[in-house]
Amino acid sequence: MRAARLRTSGFFWRHRWAKALLLLAPPLLAFALVYLAALVALFVSSFWTVDPFTTELKHIWNIDNYRTLWQSSAYRSIALRTIGIAAAVTLTDAVLAFPFGYFMARIASGRSRTFLFIAVLLPLWSSYLIRVYIWRLILNQDGVLNWFLGSVGLPPVHLAYTNWAVWIVFSYVWLPFMILPVFGALERIPHSYIEASRDLGASGWSTFRRVVLPLALPGVVAGSIFTFALTLGDYVTPLLAGGAGSQFIGNVVYESVGISNNVPFAAAFAAVPLVVMAIYLTIARRLGAFEAL
Amino acid sequence: MIRIKRAHVLIAALAAALCVPAAGVGAGNGLPSTIGKGEGQLNLVAWVGYAQPQWVKPFTKATGCAVHAKYAGSSDEMVTLMRSGGGSQYDMVSASGDASLRLIYGGDVQPVNVNLIPDWKHFIPQLKSPSHNTVKGQHYGVSLQWGPNTLLYNTKKVKPAPKSWSAIYDSKYKGKVTVPDNPIQIADAALYLSKSQPSLGIKDPYELNQKQFDAAVALLKKQRPLIKKYWATAADQIDLFKNGEAVVGATWPYQTNTLRAAKVPVKDLIPREGATGWADTWMLSAKAKHPNCAYMWLKWISTPKVQAQQAIYFGETPANPLACPIMDQLAKGSAAQYHCGASAAYFRSIKFWKTPIADCGNGSKDCMDYTKWQQAWTQLKG
Repeated sequence: MRAARLRTSGFFWRHRWAKALLLLAPPLLAFALVYLAALVALFVSSFWTVDPFTTELKHIWNIDNYRTLWQSSAYRSIALRTIGIAAAVTLTDAVLAFPFGYFMARIASGRSRTFLFIAVLLPLWSSYLIRVYIWRLILNQDGVLNWFLGSVGLPPVHLAYTNWAVWIVFSYVWLPFMILPVFGALERIPHSYIEASRDLGASGWSTFRRVVLPLALPGVVAGSIFTFALTLGDYVTPLLAGGAGSQFIGNVVYESVGISNNVPFAAAFAAVPLVVMAIYLTIARRLGAFEAL
Repeated sequence: MIRIKRAHVLIAALAAALCVPAAGVGAGNGLPSTIGKGEGQLNLVAWVGYAQPQWVKPFTKATGCAVHAKYAGSSDEMVTLMRSGGGSQYDMVSASGDASLRLIYGGDVQPVNVNLIPDWKHFIPQLKSPSHNTVKGQHYGVSLQWGPNTLLYNTKKVKPAPKSWSAIYDSKYKGKVTVPDNPIQIADAALYLSKSQPSLGIKDPYELNQKQFDAAVALLKKQRPLIKKYWATAADQIDLFKNGEAVVGATWPYQTNTLRAAKVPVKDLIPREGATGWADTWMLSAKAKHPNCAYMWLKWISTPKVQAQQAIYFGETPANPLACPIMDQLAKGSAAQYHCGASAAYFRSIKFWKTPIADCGNGSKDCMDYTKWQQAWTQLKG
């Protein structure tokens, strides 16, 4: 028994790769089966179709779903709206997160940094749905926002159930996912770099522009992967906070599956964000985002 | 608590499986001739308000069948839910006319023996064997309730009181209109056009040729900028009217009742063009796991008292006219308000939901089928 154990451990000592393989095999297998197989199934089913009357799945190979997506201006505008709002949300979060992250990383003391950390993470501890519903209460016709505007003598705004509301809510819910990587990137900049820059006569602004910003950029791009991908795939916020023209790709996918029972079409439309994300990640990699994650 | 409940269900299921044969099989036609012992539970797909504790609790007490209801927001969703999990996840569905035929032809529901439902013979004649649930003499379910889709408005904000569906196509209420997020809404536009543009020759709002269909879709496209939100659930619409985001829209009487109970100043009416409407059927899944409880439910839900309770709660008309006097006992004047025991002429005036198909009886199969309706709806929502 003891000899056998020694032999086994000897084998793994001599063959490091076998040890690595044994360690990685279960997660890799799960990854391949659960993750990749689902993606392949998604892709394959997008080439099938459904019976128009009974909505039963028909295994007839065709590219009609992709043709409909390409030809219909409605689906094009839904895809463009989704990508556009995802980009706007990413930009908004980057602009909001940078000064916040900068303050946390370089100015705040240890205790107030902890406090800010908790403040950033706190919303993540409550339900996503609740947070969206609360924004509905804020933005409503007779909600908190208009009450506030009225009390300072400003005219009311009509934001509820519009794409503006969708943009605001998304920017709010994904902000922590931008702040954390930006903070991480800023914290890693050695203080000596900034001192060196000042010693060599650079002004505060040009230090920021030529030293801090380039070094923090990978962090911003890393955060943008989260905000962009999360917005791209969401359907709850457009459904609850959006109005008559707020459909996202996710909403069409949800309705195609949950209501029209047209899985093939949903699969075809779901391929669009996959392609967009692939392009986005390629660009992000060029900008060094993966080193900053 | 949960553990006890589970154990309960398990024991009941075990008992049912071990000692009691399933519903007895009748002579020749494959339909059960008696109702066996309950299986202890019943899973329903229902419209919101169709499985209220008011009549579900006494049912569970009397039969031991614990009822689990999943609410659906549209007929399309109901059809999809009935097919989920291979079709055995739910026992029954309260399908409207635009879902029932799809379920029958899709093989998702099974015929039922109406002779096991004593109250069935009291039903109004139009709902004993209507074409939306009876095919070739086979009954695929038992009729339940029916009613119109109405025009809802805020009495303080919408003046003068509207009399026509034109109120939801009128730019006067721009940004304050809400209509159901449902392709069948095209029929509402077609119904309005059948009166406002008789030259289109629309006779049945569910049987539209290309030209008529295009006109209805064009009207809805024009309506789109007026819409605050296409409502997907009754709760959504109730919210919109409560907080003043919407002041006029198409609704079910259920929302009107709920809003009025919450003291929101609203009223609803059937405008002068008439209305689309629904006639619902409780149908039995082809793969139902709890058929005995399902038959007990059919029996229970058809009794005059339960029919009356549901009619008042949702604001609809019972299939069983014996419910009318009970409705008045429960809420004075409600029988007349919800047209209980109404004339055949009133029944005919409502254009009941049905699935649009290409073959609409003129021999040329040139009507727009439901896929076209769904596509047009997604595209006009944009």
